[in-house]
Amino acid sequence: MNPRRKKRLTIVASILIALSLVSGLVLYALSQNIDLFYKPSEIYNGKEGTGTKAINGQRLRIGGLVVPGSVKRDENSLKIAFKLADMKMPITFDENDPMITVKYDGILPDLFREGQGIVANGVLNTDGYIIEATEVLAKHDENYMPKELEMDGSKTSMEATAKGY
Amino acid sequence: MWKWLHPYANPETTYHLTGRIIPWFSALTIALLTIGITWALLFAPADYQQGDSFRIFYIHVPTATLSMGIYVGMAIAALCSLVWQLRLADASAAALAPIGAVFTFVSLVTGAAWGKPMWGTWWIWDARLTSQLILLFLFLGVIALHNAFEDKTSAGKAAGILTLVGVINIPIIKYSVEWWNTLHQGATVSKMGKPSMSIDMLWPFIFCYMGFVFLIVVITCIRFRSEIISRNSMRPWVRELVLNQGVK
Amino acid sequence: MQFENINAFFAMGGYGFYVWLSYGVTALAIVLLIILSKQKHKNTLLAINQRYTRELKRKEAAKQQQELKQNNLSSSEVVEKTNESTP
Repeated sequence: MNPRRKKRLTIVASILIALSLVSGLVLYALSQNIDLFYKPSEIYNGKEGTGTKAINGQRLRIGGLVVPGSVKRDENSLKIAFKLADMKMPITFDENDPMITVKYDGILPDLFREGQGIVANGVLNTDGYIIEATEVLAKHDENYMPKELEMDGSKTSMEATAKGY
Repeated sequence: MWKWLHPYANPETTYHLTGRIIPWFSALTIALLTIGITWALLFAPADYQQGDSFRIFYIHVPTATLSMGIYVGMAIAALCSLVWQLRLADASAAALAPIGAVFTFVSLVTGAAWGKPMWGTWWIWDARLTSQLILLFLFLGVIALHNAFEDKTSAGKAAGILTLVGVINIPIIKYSVEWWNTLHQGATVSKMGKPSMSIDMLWPFIFCYMGFVFLIVVITCIRFRSEIISRNSMRPWVRELVLNQGVK
Repeated sequence: MQFENINAFFAMGGYGFYVWLSYGVTALAIVLLIILSKQKHKNTLLAINQRYTRELKRKEAAKQQQELKQNNLSSSEVVEKTNESTP
């Protein structure tokens, strides 16, 4: 093989190796959490499909809707506790729904509100189905509308929030 | 079909044709984007939940959607180039790759700048964001392969094979929000049936989207022309062209 | 018009940084891409032109060499002839 061809082959090989290495690493990272979060009911019953159950002390992400009336804020600090429930269509909250309590101490995203989709990252305590969260992210939906339209009734906004799941 | 296509598959005709349409399409692009961006920033209503941060939508969604569109276009060109040895197809694939890389990059940056205030994070390794990042790597890999060879034909072959292998990423990006739980929300405009947007929010989007489409056409033409002449530099018509134009 | 004054427009309801970051990066990236694409076209033409000029020069040089050689040849012939005539 002449040197020029050899050089070219090295370049091509290194590009391909670098690319597959990067993709491989990313896919590996993704395989750990390609399903980004557990739903509250999945904490109780195991994941849909695979049936994997989360264990006590496991770090995981939980995704659900903030149950209206469940948000308790500490007056002197940023501490907050709220309950998450599965999303159902149409949106209804029932006391008997499986719920997970999320405790968090930090700055919440601007979109945090009752009835909003939330993804929290934290350590699970199966004793009281509590998650001590280190990160709370808002998950919004794909519906956008002007404020004036939203005034027509809270029903539309709730429906909109729900569709994101 | 081949008869009809024949005159367009001639590099010289294509070179002059693209040269003639560039000014028109540039004017169209500037008009559409000026109207679209002004409308998006000044006149579109703010979102009921997200307020004015929603205005990022008007550049994030077109660039993200079109980055996938560019990849599909590049893959079709690569296929034509590999199967029928169409040198013009190879030239257009080479022209598209850097544009796709820029659009993907822009979609990632605008997405991060939107995610920080709304979700609470610049980045999360969810399926949608990760697969879009892989799209950027694919574009960069294709560009690198096009430049790794002196001989454009073997460069086109190597880049074309990578392009075709990477096509698998496109449905993953598109359906990631449906197949898995992600932080990213579902599609707004491109979903079946009615878009989940009020009409006075949708119009500026249509202008911005079409503006970006024609922007791609214009930049593709510019790059395509360079690719054509560098692939045909020994032809008499290129010689004539270069000598007539002088060094500009 | 959604904004009451220019300050409100730049503030973007408190999201000014993020909105202008997005629009700024997009504009910068696309303007850069257009400039580089045009530059590339110019450079390609320039490179081809240079190659032609070089080729032309080489041909001319070859031609001159040829002529020179012929001249030399004829002069050497003369020399030979003179040499022959000396004895």
